[in-house]
Amino acid sequence: MSLASEGAELTRPLGPVLAPAEPSLAGVEDYIALLKPRVMSLVVFTALVGLLVAPGHVHPVIGFTALLCIAIGAGASGALNMWYDADIDAIMKRTVRRPIPAGRILPGEALAFGSTLAIGSVLVLGILVNWLAAALLAFTIFFYVFIYTMWLKRSTPQNIVIGGAAGAFPPVVGWAAVTGDVSLAPVLMFLIIFLWTPPHFWALGLLSTEDYRRAGVPMLPVVAGPDATRLQILLYTIVLAPVGLTPTLFGFAGLVYGAVALVCGAIMLALAWRVYRERLGPAAASAAKRLFAFSLLYVFVLFAALLLDHVLARFGWLA
Amino acid sequence: MSEDPEDGIVLTEEQKRRRRARSIAIALSLGVLVALFYAVTLVKGPAVLIRPL
Repeated sequence: MSLASEGAELTRPLGPVLAPAEPSLAGVEDYIALLKPRVMSLVVFTALVGLLVAPGHVHPVIGFTALLCIAIGAGASGALNMWYDADIDAIMKRTVRRPIPAGRILPGEALAFGSTLAIGSVLVLGILVNWLAAALLAFTIFFYVFIYTMWLKRSTPQNIVIGGAAGAFPPVVGWAAVTGDVSLAPVLMFLIIFLWTPPHFWALGLLSTEDYRRAGVPMLPVVAGPDATRLQILLYTIVLAPVGLTPTLFGFAGLVYGAVALVCGAIMLALAWRVYRERLGPAAASAAKRLFAFSLLYVFVLFAALLLDHVLARFGWLA
Repeated sequence: MSEDPEDGIVLTEEQKRRRRARSIAIALSLGVLVALFYAVTLVKGPAVLIRPL
């Protein structure tokens, strides 16, 4: 569900695509790969933070149930994305060894698996936790599968900008699981991930432009060129860095989070500036790689700081 | 009606092993779901029956 990129999953050599009548060769590990576990880790972590920093109390069993449903909903989105994008995945180096293009799972199996988990996760979240959280999870899955995967991804270079909303929802779902409502604080968490997605994904796009071009995916570097992408990365980072401070500015987080967000925002800006300046050869690739790597760390560190700040305040260790 | 054991699809040992692994994974998932509903029912107590429409 998140647009956080993942590395290539290199597990087995390529094989022919199975004819529908053949018995399934899929192993359990192939179904796990359909869930995009690396992307799921970011979703679970941000949802956990949304759940823990929300005011009020939630029983650990209910909290665990909410997280499990969010994780499975995210995995279902990933499976449905792989089902729909199997043609693109078969062309791109980064994704060619995924279970469907590699012939280990039939498209129909992935569709059935993803649909079952999507419906099941939403229903269980609604029945056992609350229906607002379930509705938000359902909307997140819908947005990722229908709006991003089926529509935006193949039609506009703004695909990951708008589609990034799907990856930004998990902390809001986590918050709603505790409070039963949505207030300013989860909206700020949403905004941080939403604005973080373009620089994160376009940094990867700069490194995989040829792959996206061959697959016919209109990523910004393919359509507008690398220089325009570098400018967009810089502009989004200039907006992201101050937005990262808003939890402290609005009184939702303390100075510990504010200091971490300030430092991390400054590093993101410095790396984005380097991407903007370095335009040729290995230096340009290195700058994009560094920004990509740090952007992954950025969102984890910011949310960890938010959690730490909250724990310190809750136990009275922070004025 | 005679049944020829050669008729139909005959699974290889590898396919049988994978099918068994998938079956175990499904059984475990269902077990976790049952345990989850049981635990939440205990946690919510009588409140589990109170559901505003």
